[in-house]
Amino acid sequence: MPMSISACLRYAAPQAFYALAGRLVPWFAAAAAAAAAAGLYVAFFVAPTDAQQGEVYRIIFVHVPAAWMSMFIYVVMAFWAAVGLAFNTRLSFMLAHALAPTGALFAFLALWTGAIWGKPTWGAWWVWDARLTSELILLFLYLGYVALNASIDDPRRGDRACALLALAGAVNVPVIYHSVQWSPMLHQSASMLMALAFWMYSIAMALARVRCVILEREQESAWAGAEFRGALQARPA
Amino acid sequence: MSWGSWSEFIAMGGYGVYVWSAFVMCAVALALEAWLLALRRRNIVDYLRIGARQD
Repeated sequence: MPMSISACLRYAAPQAFYALAGRLVPWFAAAAAAAAAAGLYVAFFVAPTDAQQGEVYRIIFVHVPAAWMSMFIYVVMAFWAAVGLAFNTRLSFMLAHALAPTGALFAFLALWTGAIWGKPTWGAWWVWDARLTSELILLFLYLGYVALNASIDDPRRGDRACALLALAGAVNVPVIYHSVQWSPMLHQSASMLMALAFWMYSIAMALARVRCVILEREQESAWAGAEFRGALQARPA
Repeated sequence: MSWGSWSEFIAMGGYGVYVWSAFVMCAVALALEAWLLALRRRNIVDYLRIGARQD
């Protein structure tokens, strides 16, 4: 087996991934902060006023990245759910659990900012078209996933039930994607920088959350206790 | 984009309420998630610390 694959497999063990994630979180958080600072600067001080919409169009600099992240996180979550079902790897399910709340947050923000942008631009907070409705369904899928996970006491059964829900719901993502008219305006640097900020933020949150999930799941294990026994000098065996 | 003054910046060409409620909600929501996650971490870490002391 090549070195790189065996190195990756080593991190499939929750204990090893716990330590790796702990080292990565500050870097992704710092990258998110830097990208957000640059993105907000460009969004408010570089990007010109839109000829048709005036200043209100600046909402798209958070709206579009939030909508994009809500879909992207779902795809990644469904991917880990599928890996978990196929290979029965505990860490895969834990990663899916760690992604769901952040995905729900971005789905909520996409709807919230979309409504606020839509009112002055199109004259309505909400319309029941394919795009908005499928994004709302995406939010409900995330919330359903979180609720389902919380309602099943046996973690292994919860893992499988959630994974099935995640996979069944994945059919919704192409519906959203194809119901949106992706305007070339979205490729402005402010949108790109804010998307990068949200992306880095999501990774930082997912890694920080998966560390909590790992500790909660492994709380009876020797290593989890030893992690907080002060120094890691284990007692004599 | 150069703004004449602070008040012009806040006003956002008359769309201030819309623009700022969108951006502020994003900031609040992201900060809230980070804070809730810190609480969740503190809970499990405290629990493990107590367990470790009793060993």
